[in-house]
Amino acid sequence: MGEEVNRLKLRKLQQTGAFSLLWFTGAVSVLIMLFVVGYVIMKGFAHLTPDFFTTPPRGGLSGEGGISSTIVATVYLVICTLIVATPLGISAGIFLVEYADNLKSRVIKKFVALARFGVETLAGVPSIIFGLFGYALFVTAMHFGFSILSAALAGSCLVIPVIIRTTEEALKAVPDSYRQASLAMGASRWETIRKVVLPSAVNGISTGLILSAGRIVSETAIFYVTLGGSYRTPTSIMSSGRTMALHVYYLAMETRAFDKAMATGAVLVLLIIIINLVINVISRRLSAKTGS
Amino acid sequence: MARLSSPPRVTSRSTERGRPAKVTGKQRVESVVKYIFLFSALMSILIVVMIGIFTFREAIPAFREIGIIKLLTGTVWRPGQGQYGILAMIAGSGLVTLGAVIIGVPLALGCAIFLSEIAPPAVRSIVRPSIELLAGIPSVVYGLFGMVVIVPLVRNIDVPGNTGFGLLSASIVLAVMILPTISSVSEYAIRSVPKRFREGSLAMGATKWETLTNVILPGAKSGIMSAIILGLGRALGETIAMIMVIGNSVIIPFAASDNPLSIFLSRARTLTGNIAVEINYATGLHESALFATGVVLFALIMIMNSSARILIGRRKWEKK
Repeated sequence: MGEEVNRLKLRKLQQTGAFSLLWFTGAVSVLIMLFVVGYVIMKGFAHLTPDFFTTPPRGGLSGEGGISSTIVATVYLVICTLIVATPLGISAGIFLVEYADNLKSRVIKKFVALARFGVETLAGVPSIIFGLFGYALFVTAMHFGFSILSAALAGSCLVIPVIIRTTEEALKAVPDSYRQASLAMGASRWETIRKVVLPSAVNGISTGLILSAGRIVSETAIFYVTLGGSYRTPTSIMSSGRTMALHVYYLAMETRAFDKAMATGAVLVLLIIIINLVINVISRRLSAKTGS
Repeated sequence: MARLSSPPRVTSRSTERGRPAKVTGKQRVESVVKYIFLFSALMSILIVVMIGIFTFREAIPAFREIGIIKLLTGTVWRPGQGQYGILAMIAGSGLVTLGAVIIGVPLALGCAIFLSEIAPPAVRSIVRPSIELLAGIPSVVYGLFGMVVIVPLVRNIDVPGNTGFGLLSASIVLAVMILPTISSVSEYAIRSVPKRFREGSLAMGATKWETLTNVILPGAKSGIMSAIILGLGRALGETIAMIMVIGNSVIIPFAASDNPLSIFLSRARTLTGNIAVEINYATGLHESALFATGVVLFALIMIMNSSARILIGRRKWEKK
């Protein structure tokens, strides 16, 4: 009997040991996050003056100046990328959820399988490959040069799978009874999608767009090889430019202006935190609505 | 049906028989819309195919003039003298990924188990958003953090020639970057082990920990494997952060002291870094060799991702 009790104690002890180790890993990951985010924001904060946001970088090797032109370039690029990627991504998502399952034609079913494979593959392609592709096709072959246009086209490859996936999720969350009710009233499928399904999925889809904007803001590799990196304010879609993320890279690697790089990095991190918060709020409101 | 009886006039769309006469316009809209959507859905595969074609086409001169074997096994990369071997970059990418896995996988798996099995909801609602935030931090910020914080720390290790820039710093940075991927995919895998397995084990008198190691983790094994492979894919594909901390020297990493582990203090260059650093000024065969580097990277990652997908699809308990 005593031996049994001892073995049980040993097993319990083993469990306590293992669980404390697991608690430790959880704590470590939070600490890593706090350390990285805290360090960048603390170090960068000192340089975040209003001037920093309103003056352009001085250029050259000085690393002086602010980040105004890079903010303009970032906003410009985000808008252009979303203009290209949003219609494609949302309509692909609609097809995969609303049409793909009740198809009769075998050929189209094959196409659907291909499309699904495409989305999954695209989501796994590393960004430098998109950059390489954009460089070969848009910058060189199509003579768009290093420009916002080339960068937006290459960047949309990165966010299309993001938009497709979030659109799919959002559409799947719309209860089937909505569709059935609308179809029973005599509405066609497209009318049902346009007037019933999409309005109830709009919040979910918008998280996808916000997420995509975040991906463009934080992406560097693609734009390093397609955007050119000019520190001047872009004036048209054919201008070269540098996003804030790219500016961090140039400051750190070429001018070694680590203070300014940290400050720009802090702006980026703050933006990403805001984006994460917004997405969390929207999805929490969504799950409260659907009751799941 | 509509053929059998043809009514003289169609008044209401609700009469099934009269449909073809009046509603064709609407039906045409329906099918046009459907094909537009189908086309958009096919865009993604089209992009993948175009990426394949374009990178491969640009790489053909390199494959033809240098030769695939020579390209893959050549140890010298000197574009100026027409020497294009990417073995050093393959070694660099491989070693930095290995390092990231050694550091990152235990931490990520620990987090996944912690989040899915033992964390109270309140704690979970702190840890999970923290990990999500780690996933969102731009890689250039990780690179900067690596340069400013980790490289100086690594520089303190006393080995000849150690500058701090190199595989170890890069592996540490990369480990943090792949943590969210591995952790969230494995958490999902652990959660999808059916409840009845767990209940059965607990009812037999096993402790929670024994249930975890003997029942749940074996059940989630293929999902966890695929999580790790996805993490490997992300690690291989990371570019900017690697350029910033790995030193970018084209050398096959070597151990500078008696301790073989000091190989991780060696500078290196990754496949991704090779492309990014040189593509903007490369011309001719040099440019083509960089595209060939891209093809090698693309192929490696496609292999990894498809094996991860196969593993995810394979779940023992779902076969029945």
